[in-house]
Amino acid sequence: MTDRFKPTDEKDVEALVAYALGEETPLELWSGGTKRSIGRPPQTEYGVDLSALSGIVDYDPAELVLTARAATPLAEIEKLLDDNGQMLAFEPADLGPLLGEAADKGTLAGLYGTNFAGSRRLQAGAVRDHALGIRAVSGRGEIFKSGGRVMKNVTGYDLTKGLAGSWGTLAVLTELTFKTLPKPETATTLVVHGLNPETAAIAMAAAMGSSSEVSGAAHLPADVARGFGVDGLGEGATVMRLEGFGPSVEARAGMLAEVLRPFGLAERLDTPTTATLWRAIGAVKPFAANTSLPLWRISVAPTDGPAVVAAVIGAAEGAKAFFDWAGGLVWLMLPGPDPMADTVRGAVAEAQGGHATLIRADAGTRAAVPVFQPQPAALANLARRLKDQFDPAGILNPGRMGG
Amino acid sequence: MSGLVMPPSDAGVLQRRDEIVAALRAIVPGEGVISDEAEMRVYETDGLTAYRQVPFVVVLPETVDQVARVLRYCHNNGVKVVPRGAGTSLSGGALPLADGVLMSMMKFNRVLDIDFDNRVAVVQPGVTNLGITRAVEHRGFYYAPDPSSQIACSIGGNVAENAGGVHCLKYGLTTNNVLGVELVTIEGEVIRIGGRHLDAEGYDLLGLVVGSEGMLGVVTEVTVRLLKQPDTARAILIGFPTNDDAGKCVADVIGAGIIPGGMEMMDRPAIHAAEDFVHAGYPLDVEALLIVELDGPKAEVDHLLERVGAIAKANNAAHIRVSETEAERLSFWAGRKAAFPAVGRISPDYMCMDGTIPRKALPHVLTRMQEMAASYGLGVANVFHAGDGNLHPLILYDANIPGDLDKAEDFGADILRLCVEVGGVLTGEHGVGVEKRDLMGEMFTDIDMDHQIRVKCAFDAKQLLNPGKVFPTLNSCAELGRMHVHKGQMPFPDIPRF
Ligand SMILES: Cc1cc2nc3c(=O)[nH]c(=O)nc-3n(C[C@H](O)[C@H](O)[C@H](O)COP(=O)(O)OP(=O)(O)OC[C@H]3O[C@@H](n4cnc5c(N)ncnc54)[C@H](O)[C@@H]3O)c2cc1C
Ligand SMILES: Cc1cc2nc3c(=O)[nH]c(=O)nc-3n(C[C@H](O)[C@H](O)[C@H](O)COP(=O)(O)OP(=O)(O)OC[C@H]3O[C@@H](n4cnc5c(N)ncnc54)[C@H](O)[C@@H]3O)c2cc1C
Repeated sequence: MTDRFKPTDEKDVEALVAYALGEETPLELWSGGTKRSIGRPPQTEYGVDLSALSGIVDYDPAELVLTARAATPLAEIEKLLDDNGQMLAFEPADLGPLLGEAADKGTLAGLYGTNFAGSRRLQAGAVRDHALGIRAVSGRGEIFKSGGRVMKNVTGYDLTKGLAGSWGTLAVLTELTFKTLPKPETATTLVVHGLNPETAAIAMAAAMGSSSEVSGAAHLPADVARGFGVDGLGEGATVMRLEGFGPSVEARAGMLAEVLRPFGLAERLDTPTTATLWRAIGAVKPFAANTSLPLWRISVAPTDGPAVVAAVIGAAEGAKAFFDWAGGLVWLMLPGPDPMADTVRGAVAEAQGGHATLIRADAGTRAAVPVFQPQPAALANLARRLKDQFDPAGILNPGRMGG
Repeated sequence: MSGLVMPPSDAGVLQRRDEIVAALRAIVPGEGVISDEAEMRVYETDGLTAYRQVPFVVVLPETVDQVARVLRYCHNNGVKVVPRGAGTSLSGGALPLADGVLMSMMKFNRVLDIDFDNRVAVVQPGVTNLGITRAVEHRGFYYAPDPSSQIACSIGGNVAENAGGVHCLKYGLTTNNVLGVELVTIEGEVIRIGGRHLDAEGYDLLGLVVGSEGMLGVVTEVTVRLLKQPDTARAILIGFPTNDDAGKCVADVIGAGIIPGGMEMMDRPAIHAAEDFVHAGYPLDVEALLIVELDGPKAEVDHLLERVGAIAKANNAAHIRVSETEAERLSFWAGRKAAFPAVGRISPDYMCMDGTIPRKALPHVLTRMQEMAASYGLGVANVFHAGDGNLHPLILYDANIPGDLDKAEDFGADILRLCVEVGGVLTGEHGVGVEKRDLMGEMFTDIDMDHQIRVKCAFDAKQLLNPGKVFPTLNSCAELGRMHVHKGQMPFPDIPRF
């Protein structure tokens, strides 16, 4: 890499993309840079550090809307929301340490670019479900906007959703508007000990199918449970979180304990311990200890999670996994340098649909193994055509995602 | 039809009608192709009855393979296609074209699979919105988005329009409740996006398809999220002396961290029309009426009813009634749900508008609307989803009075411009269709719109699917593909390097 640029506003970004187009030279983009190691390493001459495009533009707590420049650190946003009793309900997780980076460096654009929601995903929706509007510069060097600052909007195509999770390959985001929500007044976690993954998945399905409004459901097998840093989970724990107004949480805890009774006696964690535990689950804490081992992030139908893990562990002794999203989000770490992509993707192929992303591996591996789930031809064609429309010269993060 | 310009008909296609009909009959046998003008008349309009056009020909495929073959044929022969569900669109999304095949998806009416463990249902696009809930309610589940048209509208149409309803404040719109679709592209390729798992891989094509108004592909299967029915639901009916007080109450409820299952508001004309029609027991001496529904466990509902009641009092509420029985709760809703037909009784015709504004702009917008009504000499009644700022002004007019429809349309356009002016948008849930097409420029620059059309070009380069909707001018994809690149001037004096 010969040159790095640090644009300070949208006009700079526009000029930079125009320049790169003229030079026919691609750009690598980053904001906080914590997730740079995900995806195929881009081969670019120019690096663009977007971190100067930072700062809250507008926050109106009564309207539940926040607009910020793209690279605003999440830590700053979360502090501001917290001071107003609000939150980003999809529960952003800090994956920095998991990827061998510092904690607290993630940005709003980085989050939107990856569309990685945390544990509350199964109740509150994905990152993209909370994005209301964007401003961006496309790979054609044109500034455009989509969406707005209101909750309900079907005016034109929803580019705000369409660009979420595009890893900076379609446009450079300059400003984002998100919906915020009130923080729950209180929270508790019910824990059932000693279930195997199959039984845990059934227990979680029963809980999710009850009216107790579970806002987090995870199964932490014995070989990883200790790593979350909460006492008493050692023999393996199936954990379910309830949040809301005090009287409601109390009532629902009683209901949920009844639903879980056939699976064991449920213990309760207090509010602070609940917060610690779910932060650790979001940050995939047990797998941050050794950042040299390949790590997969797998999304399948919740009841398919245990079979996918069993198939991989059967082929790779020492592989470790845990389940979030009631079983539907699997974090799976391999015991040695081989990411065993065929085994993992083979197991996913046996499920009723799903995908596996190689979140962590050395650069050589990432250049050799498809990091993102390969798509069927018709879908891949469509994705390529979308890329061609937004970035016809292929100058934005080339090769990062897909071909 | 007042002043609406549709894409010019293709003379070649019109001339080859017999040949095209025969080709379609070879793909969809029997009653599946309708070419008789009298029989096609039922398809000439959707819920926006001001616009009518008899289709070129109607096809009703029954299998995905037939859909794919029809689309491939149309693609190869340059024939336009308009997909249609139940035809309840209020923005003219399913308005036919004189030279376009109207593809009705209503024979795709089966629930394919219900998976309670994963809380999803897989359904064909012609299943009605309410039909999904009907199929799962015996186990206490339901499908949350609930457009008022839910008894009739199809889930395929909901996907195309990103439909919403009373529940959407708390449970989200269609886009937040659909996990996957099977889609047939205009080239006849069958693709699956998403499924029973969360977050499809690759680009979020699902996010683009939902709300794309039948212009990116024909949806042939939908996987939706199911929710457990809340244990209890109770409603509170609150009357206010001013719109300001009601608006402030809405903001304070949400500010207190309470997200009701529904929060609907009606203004004085709507209250009176509804009360005269269904006798719901609404107070008539108030300017604004708020219905707040709280759902969840009984303990939560009781707790929140008290808090909402206190907030209402603090905002000068003149009437407060809490539903004590299920019958009473339903009676509160009866008036709101019948508001459209109720207004239909007091005016020969009405036009239902749909815009969204920031909640805090509500009192200002209501005042401005009354002023505009006076200057146009037309009436306006308002019912709206107060919690998310989604307005449904009903403009009253008489189609038999020459010029009245034009006035109503101008008034409607002014209301939507006002929505944009205060920081809102042109449509909250009914879509742009043909109705708001020519107002898109109020919200978007040409470059903004070009980027949306580029999505269209990725899916449908020949622009054969539902053209004439959403975008005032559909630049050709070839034209949009050109890039104007100038050699950049190195170095950037102004951009810091490091
Ligand atoms: C040459 C080079 C030098 C570097 N020097 C430093 C340094 O000095 N200090 C340092 O801390 N880090 C440095 N990094 C690493 C980099 O800053 C981090 O990896 C990155 O900032 C992580 O930010 P994030 O966590 O917000 O997500 P990111 O990793 O920035 O972003 C995640 C994804 O979103 C995309 N994305 C991010 N922002 C946008 C946007 N505005 N629009 C569109 N897509 C976007 C990214 O392209 C990526 O695909 C350097 C990297 C390179 C290549
Ligand atoms: C009395 C009344 C009340 C209403 N209340 C609400 C409300 O509360 N909230 C709300 O959001 N809407 C409401 N609507 C509007 C309308 O019901 C919705 O827009 C609905 O989603 C349309 O569904 P449909 O099946 O009737 O679609 P149609 O009207 O047949 O078509 C609508 C659009 O969808 C496309 N389409 C249909 N099926 C498919 C398919 N399978 N694949 C691809 N494209 C397809 C069509 O091309 C068209 O662009 C109301 C309408 C009426 C008449």
